[in-house]
Amino acid sequence: MYEGVIQNLIDELGRLPGVGPKGAQRIAFHLLAADPDDARKLAAALLEVTERVKFCRTCGNVAEADQCRICLDPRRDPSIICVVEEPKDVAAVEKIREYRGRYHVLGGAISPIDGIGPEELRIKELMTRLADGTVTELILATDPNLEGEATATYLARLIKPTGVRVTRPASGLPVGGDLEYADEVTLGRAFEGRRLLDV
Amino acid sequence: MSVRCGTMGNMQLYRDDGVVLRTQKLGEADRIITVLARKTGRVRAVAKGVRRTKSRFGGRLEPFTHVDLMLHQGRSLDVITQAEVIRSYGAPLTADYPRYTVGVAMLETAERFTPEDKEPALRQFLLLVGGLRALAEAGHDPRLVLDAYLLRSLSVAGYAPALEECARCGTSGRLPAFAIPSGGMVCASCRPPGAASPGSGTVSLMGALLRGDWDNADQSDRRHQVECSGLVAAYLQWHLEHSIRSLRHVERV
Ligand SMILES: [Zn+2]
Ligand SMILES: [Zn+2]
Repeated sequence: MYEGVIQNLIDELGRLPGVGPKGAQRIAFHLLAADPDDARKLAAALLEVTERVKFCRTCGNVAEADQCRICLDPRRDPSIICVVEEPKDVAAVEKIREYRGRYHVLGGAISPIDGIGPEELRIKELMTRLADGTVTELILATDPNLEGEATATYLARLIKPTGVRVTRPASGLPVGGDLEYADEVTLGRAFEGRRLLDV
Repeated sequence: MSVRCGTMGNMQLYRDDGVVLRTQKLGEADRIITVLARKTGRVRAVAKGVRRTKSRFGGRLEPFTHVDLMLHQGRSLDVITQAEVIRSYGAPLTADYPRYTVGVAMLETAERFTPEDKEPALRQFLLLVGGLRALAEAGHDPRLVLDAYLLRSLSVAGYAPALEECARCGTSGRLPAFAIPSGGMVCASCRPPGAASPGSGTVSLMGALLRGDWDNADQSDRRHQVECSGLVAAYLQWHLEHSIRSLRHVERV
């Protein structure tokens, strides 16, 4: 335990995902030892992000305006939508640099045991985007784990009557993992070899 | 009651097989895995690095998997050191959404009926394995499989609803009502206000599901099946301290 302000910082850092008490302590002392300007830059970035970043009203990705930069980019193919669970998964798919379509962020996966059913996700918004016939293919890139698979099955069944082609990245993605941990090569191959989901 | 296989340093190693009920993220890439194990009962254990795509555990520690595990005892949580799949029910269930929702309700119920960490619960374990097998093999309506599982779990826990005799006075005469707080069917004189009046087909369906009489259960009327599900769910919630959250999401086909 340390003096008030230092302990405060350690406590706050320790609440971040992936930072344990030891890590929090290490970061805190690193900041203390570093140039005060670096700490100021970090503080400013934290403030800016909470004040400026919103969620895209079309796709649910993080955005600095009403819409994200992908939805605003006219070069992105509006006929393909890649459905992912979280904004960080958009970043993972963007890393493969080959996907030129757009995204839809669900805000999670169906997980009844946690009380998350289809109504809790941005599925209605997805269906609205499919209504005008622009979209011809939907890539269901939910995580290759149980909840992700079940969510893909649910969506495929829901979308089937619309006639939109529904695909899922190939099984090159190891089962049980998080999409964000897949490397670009594996993810790229999985997208290339995506298969038609027939329910 | 765990089988001791040896020691690693001063940590106790043990082996058991069980069904993965639930997984929760822990830190960057680990998960806490809740397992209903044959000998040990319900255990929570850490699987390190399992969320990385190159994890040696792969998809072996996903819910619905019956796994053979090697664990070592930790101070707060045990740690999984090896996992081999005995049978995985996840793939057939996630490919069929209504069956998946039923399966999740079964896993959540199994966890609720085994509230004590490492208290052996062999009959609950066997019921769960049997229920998942019936569900994955798709021989019966998934909702019937769920109701049979729920009724039998209640029965193993000592809460089997009275169906043949009045739950309050024991008479085997006419039983017109189902009274949840009384413990099942009741006669006209014991009937408390607000008790349900199920159809006789519903009551015989509940009996068939409790006994495992699938010939009769499969042929039951849909309206009796719907009524039976409602009564079983209400009866279950009454006996469990917490509600089964996933029941609300179960789809009827
Ligand atoms: Zn957007
Ligand atoms: Zn009576």
